[in-house]
Amino acid sequence: MTSNVNNPLIELQGLTKEYGTGQAVMHALRGIDLRIGEGEFVAVMGPSGSGKSTCMNILGCLDTATAGAYRFKEVEVNRLSRAQRTLLRRFYIGFVFQDYNLLNRTSAMENVELPLIYRGVSARERRTRAFNALETVGLKGWETHTPGELSGGQQQRVAIARAIVTKPAILFADEPTGNLDTARSREIMELLTGLNGEQGVTIVMVTHEPDMAAYANRIVLFRDGLVESDK
Amino acid sequence: MLWNTVLLASREIRRNVLRSVLTILGIVIGVSAVIIMVTIGGGATVQVKQQIASMGSNLLMINPGKRLGPGQSTGNIPFKRSDAEAIASDIGSLSAVAATSSQSCKAVFGNQNWSTQVTGSDNPYFTVTNRSIKAGRQFTESEARSGAAVCIIGETVVNKLFGSQDAIGEKIRLNGTSSSSTTSTGSSGSNSSSSTSKDSSDTTSGSGTTSSKLSCEVIGILEAKGQSTMGTDQDDIVVIPLNTYQRRIAGSQDVGFIQVSVQEGVPTEKVQQDIWRLLRVRRHLSPSDDDNFNVMDMKEIVNMLTGTTQLLTALLSAVAAVSLLVGGIGIMNIMLVSVTERTREIGIRLAIGALEREVLMQFLVEAVVLSSFGGLIGIVLALAGSAWLAGMLRVPFVFNAGIVVVAFLFSATVGVIFGYFPALKAARLDPIEALRHE
Repeated sequence: MTSNVNNPLIELQGLTKEYGTGQAVMHALRGIDLRIGEGEFVAVMGPSGSGKSTCMNILGCLDTATAGAYRFKEVEVNRLSRAQRTLLRRFYIGFVFQDYNLLNRTSAMENVELPLIYRGVSARERRTRAFNALETVGLKGWETHTPGELSGGQQQRVAIARAIVTKPAILFADEPTGNLDTARSREIMELLTGLNGEQGVTIVMVTHEPDMAAYANRIVLFRDGLVESDK
Repeated sequence: MLWNTVLLASREIRRNVLRSVLTILGIVIGVSAVIIMVTIGGGATVQVKQQIASMGSNLLMINPGKRLGPGQSTGNIPFKRSDAEAIASDIGSLSAVAATSSQSCKAVFGNQNWSTQVTGSDNPYFTVTNRSIKAGRQFTESEARSGAAVCIIGETVVNKLFGSQDAIGEKIRLNGTSSSSTTSTGSSGSNSSSSTSKDSSDTTSGSGTTSSKLSCEVIGILEAKGQSTMGTDQDDIVVIPLNTYQRRIAGSQDVGFIQVSVQEGVPTEKVQQDIWRLLRVRRHLSPSDDDNFNVMDMKEIVNMLTGTTQLLTALLSAVAAVSLLVGGIGIMNIMLVSVTERTREIGIRLAIGALEREVLMQFLVEAVVLSSFGGLIGIVLALAGSAWLAGMLRVPFVFNAGIVVVAFLFSATVGVIFGYFPALKAARLDPIEALRHE
């Protein structure tokens, strides 16, 4: 169900990633070709070590590829400097991690505000937007709670609120339900589906649970550093 | 941009209260220890200098016997009043010459008694020892000549015998008991009781060793002088005219020592030489004979004492430097212990779009704020603490701006270095690596 194929948000051509050198070289990615259009909800699946997380980190500009081309909004990411990639993350990309990665001892509100501070958004607007984002993920009334006072599911919701508060072009979720029970996982998936359907947020999600992948409208299967299937 | 950095830094400081407090504490301890020790050391040095100044630095002390210092053997020929008179008339450039004897003695008033030091000397004594009369008057010419039963007493004696009562005009009794011509150098061995020496005095051979009693009228009270550099109480003293002392207390014409005050601006070395030559003649010493007296310049003692206090200050500073170092290590530990947590924090910030330099600026601001805050608290504490300690130890409070600046800068530098450099390392990691940091 690919849409807007003419101008894909993300385009990979022959992307490879190697760790180590010489005899000990490890090929994490062996040549990935992939196009992701705006508004898609893509689930990336595959066994451990298939390269799905590596690919995700490169897509999210947290890591760099060894060879091949990665175009994000038609920009050659491989040619960007470290600072330019950071700015790319700041303005276009949101992340949701398996272990939430919230700042400890920091209220939900301040966690969600954080990316807006780096964007230079004014204090007043920051509060409104963070408040709205928390409302979107169903955490109205929990603004002052710190991660320690929230359940795993709630922490992941804060993380999602932090990821969407900037209205990113794309949201990367790395095993977002990995630490949650089934009921909590379903809530998170419904939230992501809602964001994709109602707000048109492009989502790329890594998971190894078929139940969760079923929420996406496209499943890319990785095996041994290559795309095995794409449907 | 800068405002945001300050905002982020202040949020982190507020969230990690314990870590912030421990960092500040390390700096506070380092800064205040150094400042207190150096301030007190400086105060002690100044105090010694003040005491020396009050003693009169142009003072020559002439003792019978060969060597310097107290406790000379009694085998030496004592001075007579005429020696002092000869010095006063033959040597120029002198402002005062005082012939002095002293011994310990029990002073009694009503039912109060107090062991003190009784000093026999005349009015020049007050000049050479730089003392003034707080209340009452000096001896009159006729009192000194006739050996009248009058005395001028020090603050301590007033307190012990009279309490808050007015002492002037009252009569105190002096029970002098031990043998004469104890030539102590003006300091008192106040609490050595004279009751035991009463028995021994009968068996002591030599001149005039009878127990003597003297009832004398208090005509003056000396201005308080406090402790001497040697640690003895300079106000524990009773001064009577030399003639009175010789006749009624010692029972001999001997003089314990002669103090000479040289006029301002005159080199004491020259005067010292003149006195030495004069006394050798008066004491009939042939050129081959050794001296049986000595002329000591107080400057020598001054130099010795100044040297000692300077050494002490250096020692204190060394101790202070160690505590500064320990404070620094404390800061370092806190900073390094929190590196794991902070590395993850840095990873999160980088992942959501913070630039390396933004993260570093935040950490730098945090370190600077904590360090300077700790430094300021340390300075305030140290100044309050050393003012209090100076009061307790009765040394003057000497504000030393240099050490305040040095202590502050050192601690702040340590705080900033150990707050900043672990962050520098973490901020250069790939965000993914920083996030995985265990």
